Amino acid sequence: MTVKEVHQGLIRKEFSALELCRVYLARIKKENKKINAFLDVSEALALSQAKEIDTLISQKKETPFLAGVPCAIKDNILVEGISCTAGSKILENYVAPYDATVIKRLKDQGVVILGKTNLDEFAMGSSTENSAFGPSHNPHDLSRVPGGSSGGSAAAVASDECVYALGSDTGGSIRLPASFCGVVGLKPTYGAVSRYGLIAFASSLDQIGPITKTVEDAKVVFDVICGRDRLDSTSIEISSKIENKKSKVQIKNLKIGVPKEYFVKGINSEVEKVIKKAIKKYEEMGAEITEVRLPHTEYALPAYYIINPSEASANLARYDGVKYGFSAKDAADLMEIYLKSREQGFGDEVRRRIMLGTYALSAGYYEAYYLRAQKVRTLVKNDFEKVFQKVDVLLTPVSPFPPFKIGERIDDPLSMYLVDVYTVSINLIGVPALSMPVGKVGKLPVGLQIIGKHFEEEKILEIGKLYESY
Amino acid sequence: MISRQEVQHIAKLARLGLKEKEVEKYQKELSSILDYFEKLKEVDISKIEPTSHSIAAENVIREDEVKREQRAKNKKLLELAPKTKNGHLKVKSILK
Repeated sequence: MTVKEVHQGLIRKEFSALELCRVYLARIKKENKKINAFLDVSEALALSQAKEIDTLISQKKETPFLAGVPCAIKDNILVEGISCTAGSKILENYVAPYDATVIKRLKDQGVVILGKTNLDEFAMGSSTENSAFGPSHNPHDLSRVPGGSSGGSAAAVASDECVYALGSDTGGSIRLPASFCGVVGLKPTYGAVSRYGLIAFASSLDQIGPITKTVEDAKVVFDVICGRDRLDSTSIEISSKIENKKSKVQIKNLKIGVPKEYFVKGINSEVEKVIKKAIKKYEEMGAEITEVRLPHTEYALPAYYIINPSEASANLARYDGVKYGFSAKDAADLMEIYLKSREQGFGDEVRRRIMLGTYALSAGYYEAYYLRAQKVRTLVKNDFEKVFQKVDVLLTPVSPFPPFKIGERIDDPLSMYLVDVYTVSINLIGVPALSMPVGKVGKLPVGLQIIGKHFEEEKILEIGKLYESY
Repeated sequence: MISRQEVQHIAKLARLGLKEKEVEKYQKELSSILDYFEKLKEVDISKIEPTSHSIAAENVIREDEVKREQRAKNKKLLELAPKTKNGHLKVKSILK
């Protein structure tokens, strides 16, 4: 069901929030054995939240759009009193002491939280195979990955184990799993959504966003979670939001750019066909399609994979076996607590990135790696700024290929990094991007990426809706 | 390829324990990734300023004061610690 369908069903009293909640909890019980989308099911919390909504409806009080709508939360976002593992052994027994700001905002609407979803450990990965608690499976083909790192959230939405979910996106972690699972995912503008209560990974890149069944639902959820928060000094009020609402997107005046560099060697020809067909549809609707150039595209990925581990290595220094989380029992002194807790608590990919980042930031290498990457980041940004003077949005694939087999890439870290080639630029420059299903290769879904200018979520969502209703 | 000593040095800087047999594994993996980064040397970055943040953010300033409601929160946070004593985190000895 979609958010809209649930809302209408509830206010027309076709079903109660409690009944609906029970149906979803039963579905999770059945599906989770196959898909492993959920790490934790918060049954007691969900049922009590649903009961409250039924009381609200019976008292004929105003029912917010998201009230009573069952959702799932990526397990790196804090929900007070519920465990939050970030897919890591080091936080296996950690119970969140407070709500993330996005959770607070959802609770104000009367959210029903079904549980916490699987992810690559600390969101580091593109397949959810890096989870300490086993991989999630793609509902369209259980032998394949759901994408990552928000793979549990996307798989849960795709298998209707929840109506919508929250994910986080550092280099494609909402858009890739949305594409692989055939659902909608929005990576908002950097700063549009508060990161307070999101377990920090790479702080200049991380954003929380919705994963939903329709573009319309993505808009509903985004409108609730976005906005300035005094607990996140990088969050910004979207003043253009209201202006955007006034001016509906006119397809006839719409200029769409298609970057040449996103259709080069390496892209699966079937995926390319699906994407080209979707772009053609926009042309038929009356939009003007122009080929554009983003010449530094091939450098965005290596720059990203320097900046990301550098920030991660600093952020993950907090897991020390002293303040919270796993603490090694067999340590003789303080240094051993650090060494052993982090050795035993962190998985392979997390340790790899911590070491990469430490190396890139260490004396003698800082300029060659980190500073160089930041300068390349400027060049990538300049590319986009130039192109956005000529076009309103960009259309690209989300991934160069359809979902791959579980186990296919996990032993070669670099081959896993290459999965993110079409998504990382967006985080480096902080613009919003939508992933929307536009076709299939066999039974495997293919997502189209709609990239907008800073704070133009409204526009890319409107453009997504045009496709859905065409 | 980066040396054994380099891997051990980075791991120590990062406070990551490493098993003997893992050193070689990380030598190989980190080297292949670092080789990939060499690609960035093709780019002319002279006269280019670095970008650390994609959106121009304003500095946020506030008074440095203890808030009353913080006390209860602190207690909650301390409960998450492996070892505490008299409201402080307890650690193992630093000096031998």
